[in-house]
Amino acid sequence: MKKFNRVLSMLLVMSLVFIAACSNNGGTNAPKGTDAPKTTNDATGGDVVKSDETIYYLNFKPEIAEVYKKIADDYEKETGVKVKVETAAAGTYETMLKSEIAKSEAPTIFQINGPVGYEAWKDYTLDLKDTKLYSYLSDQSLAVTEGEGVYGIPYVVEGYGIIYNNAIMEKYFALGTKATAISSMEEVNNFDTLKSVVEDMQANADALGIKGVFSSTSLSPGEQWRWQTHLANIPLFYEFKDIQGFDNATSAGLSAAEIQFSYGNNFKNIFDLYINNSTVKPTLLGSKSVNDSMAEFALGQSAMVQNGNWAWNQINEVSGNTVKAEDIKYLPIYTGIAGEEKQGLAVGTENYFAINSKVSESKQQASIAFLEWLFTSETGKAYVTNDLGFIAPFNTFADNEKPADPLAKEILAWMEKDTTSVAWTFAAFPSEDFKNSFGDALLQYAQGNETWDKVSSVVVDSWKSEKTK
Amino acid sequence: MDDTQKKRPFLFLFLLVLAIAFITPILIVLMNSFKGKFFISDAPFVFPNSDTFVGLENYTSGIQKIDFFSAFGMSLFITIGSVTLIVFFTSMTGWYLTRVKTKWASALFFMFVFSMIVPFQMVMFTMSKTANVLGLGDPVGILVIYLGFGAGLSVFLFSGFVKSIPLEIEEAVMIDGGGPPQMFFKVIFPILKPIAITVAILNVMWIWNDYLLPVLIIDSKYRTIPIAIQYLKGGFGSIDMGAMMAMLVLAIIPIVIFYLFCQKYIIEGVVAGAVKG
Amino acid sequence: MQKMIQKYFALFALPTLIAFTLAFIVPFIMGIYLSFTEFVTVNDAKWVGFGNYIKAFADKDFLNALWFTARFSIVSVVLINVFAFMLALALTKKIKGTNIFRTTFFMPNLIGGIVLGYIWQLIFNGILYKYEVTLMNDAAYGFWGLVILMNWQLIGYMMIIYIAGIQNVPKEQLEAAKIDGATNGVILRKIILPLVMPSITICLFLTISNSFKLFDQNLSLTAGGPSKQTAMLALDIYNTFYGKSGFEGVGQAKAVMFFLMVAIIVIVQLAITRRKEIEN
Repeated sequence: MKKFNRVLSMLLVMSLVFIAACSNNGGTNAPKGTDAPKTTNDATGGDVVKSDETIYYLNFKPEIAEVYKKIADDYEKETGVKVKVETAAAGTYETMLKSEIAKSEAPTIFQINGPVGYEAWKDYTLDLKDTKLYSYLSDQSLAVTEGEGVYGIPYVVEGYGIIYNNAIMEKYFALGTKATAISSMEEVNNFDTLKSVVEDMQANADALGIKGVFSSTSLSPGEQWRWQTHLANIPLFYEFKDIQGFDNATSAGLSAAEIQFSYGNNFKNIFDLYINNSTVKPTLLGSKSVNDSMAEFALGQSAMVQNGNWAWNQINEVSGNTVKAEDIKYLPIYTGIAGEEKQGLAVGTENYFAINSKVSESKQQASIAFLEWLFTSETGKAYVTNDLGFIAPFNTFADNEKPADPLAKEILAWMEKDTTSVAWTFAAFPSEDFKNSFGDALLQYAQGNETWDKVSSVVVDSWKSEKTK
Repeated sequence: MDDTQKKRPFLFLFLLVLAIAFITPILIVLMNSFKGKFFISDAPFVFPNSDTFVGLENYTSGIQKIDFFSAFGMSLFITIGSVTLIVFFTSMTGWYLTRVKTKWASALFFMFVFSMIVPFQMVMFTMSKTANVLGLGDPVGILVIYLGFGAGLSVFLFSGFVKSIPLEIEEAVMIDGGGPPQMFFKVIFPILKPIAITVAILNVMWIWNDYLLPVLIIDSKYRTIPIAIQYLKGGFGSIDMGAMMAMLVLAIIPIVIFYLFCQKYIIEGVVAGAVKG
Repeated sequence: MQKMIQKYFALFALPTLIAFTLAFIVPFIMGIYLSFTEFVTVNDAKWVGFGNYIKAFADKDFLNALWFTARFSIVSVVLINVFAFMLALALTKKIKGTNIFRTTFFMPNLIGGIVLGYIWQLIFNGILYKYEVTLMNDAAYGFWGLVILMNWQLIGYMMIIYIAGIQNVPKEQLEAAKIDGATNGVILRKIILPLVMPSITICLFLTISNSFKLFDQNLSLTAGGPSKQTAMLALDIYNTFYGKSGFEGVGQAKAVMFFLMVAIIVIVQLAITRRKEIEN
């Protein structure tokens, strides 16, 4: 009994210390809080919004969660305003937003993924038409609007495609046992050439010092977005483009109650190529993460990997990394569609800031002020360009304020080329559930448990049922 | 059957092997926590070597990523706070409801017992709404929720124990002129000590490890250990197996320490809780 | 005296009652009401009668979860209790190191479900890697994975309870039986089992309700994969609530049915085993 009492009292003391520490925090905050209305009342109107409100930003992009923490610290140092940044796990943003928005400290800034997201969250999105942030947009038509109102402001333009390690490609082109006639990446401009190169490289994997051409196709739960969202975009973009009478593919997709998955075989082409010429067997993909995949590329175990320019840090930070920055190049995702020689990378955005209309006016203003700071101040812009690696769609960024990492540079270079970018139409995908069902079906197919026909029917059926909700 | 220890070599050997098998999973996690993050999931049974050994790197990065120590503090505060409230208030309620034999008291007691079989999913959504409306989404507010949701089992256990206390004791005190509050705190509560320990142990085991209730109730800036671990899974774009292993180890250590110190009470508590249940 | 105590309702029962009302009674009643409505936030609930219940049964994920949960519960309840009972018998035979064994077997029980799930995910994927597959390859791996995990977690707990039960068997009775020449099997069936019936009741209760309500371990071990085939009821309800917008009412209806199932199973089990106790 004595021993028990001792342990118990020790624990109690520890927790008391902890409570004391907590309430201390509260103590310093409380007077500020009571001052808040005063400052807004006799605000002399002007420079910085003087608010002691805490901003809560629910971040969508887990790979840069840590950068946001630094930004929040700097912002607090500069302005005294606390910014709390929370990040949802991949594939669970909607889930987390839903449970968070119901809490007393709801997110003040969240993001919607375009018109579909706006539909789901329209009760919570503030009209941003009169904000400076909106006026800074280089192309105001990119914003999510309804009627006169502006409810979502895009904050980053991104691109994805097949990233390749040019050093390994050069090694292959110089290889004596090479069985193809292709001798430079310039010649790889459609699926057939890509396939012949990839399959021949896989046959010569040992000579090239790689485990496989493609990094593992990560299909464990929460790690599937490169396929069920980004790769899925390619065939569906072409399908929507075929529908007549719309301004663009995305709006065609938004009004499609059903889809045919008519370019499904093109998806299968490239997906098969990925999983059959890879560092691991297809049956092992269910435990692979995006991190694993990027690490394989960084360590030189693979020559190619599909991802977007946001992945630079995941390549760069791997210790023992062998790939040189100047060897990192982009190739469009070729799937065997007629005329794809002119196809570029997939460029677009699914990231739109929205401000929670249900929080207090002062919180809303503080949140807008924070975003404006991020995209106009020198400190903010430096973070955006160098650490977040965003190609920001705002006119506050000069030409020399573009990210300098090799992936972003390649994206910008491809946008200049005489090719047509594939637009991001996955903003039109009906729900996260649709994407997750698609991803689950892909895993089953990769493991050989289901046929391709089954995948196709999952895509078609799930689209239909999610749309009718 | 005599009382001396018997030599049953086969049984002993069998138990030994089984015991080792029971600990092995934890040891494997411990071993992997010292390996680089890309050498874990493909080869968890391989010892670290000079290529794969990274020292405490996983620990430092994991602690920094999920702010482990504040999660630890949060878990500690919520657990101790809630258990203290539960033991204090439900012991009184358990005693009161056993001694007062009105219709209302038995109806209330029935409600407490009834709540024991209701799964959390039944009330999770409405409970988080209620907590939100009342502003109970902070580490102090959640204590009230735990008191309310944990009351069923605790009241039941206290009440069962009170039934075994002879009424004469209480009557004697009453004649000496003490009111019910003095009587309860001076006389009854000390008698309840064994069952109070049981209640405390069972609730500690529940609340310390609880994941879904705090995730739904409490504002996301407060993280308990289970929430922090789950966050490590996907909160950074992709799972970092190294940090994950290290944080699993750190999550287990406090439990093992608690267990080794209070083993006797934990095991007695579990048995007592079960028999009364 | 009762009258005197009764006056102190506000001190003794009110605090608990307030917390209980907030955390249980109100949410419970609201939950039942909302299961008959369509809602996104609680304020805009529209009455839809049994619509949500019909939708729940049309949801193949729910039916699959129900079936998976039922199979899982049966298998793990049987295995856990059999193993725990055998261990308890072994550890009451006064062999060397009994205490250390007991300590070891009980320990996993204290580790939280989320942590347990990740520990075993590492182990299972490590083993399966040798066969070039993963936990995501086949729902059967997830099923047996969860069964093993639950055994690891609960055997020690149940063993403790069985040990207490077995130690209560009077020695005289055992010795008398031995002298009468009863075999070990007969002693077990005729003397030990009837006397540990209360322990069996409680162990069945605990294992059934723990298995049926499993959530954390399910979430961290497989998260329901592949294709939601290993999602149990609690996880399915959670996914319906928070994963799909517009399905909150259906989620609540599933939750009400889940509650009814748990209640019925537990009450039936308690009734049956208690009757057995009395018969003996």
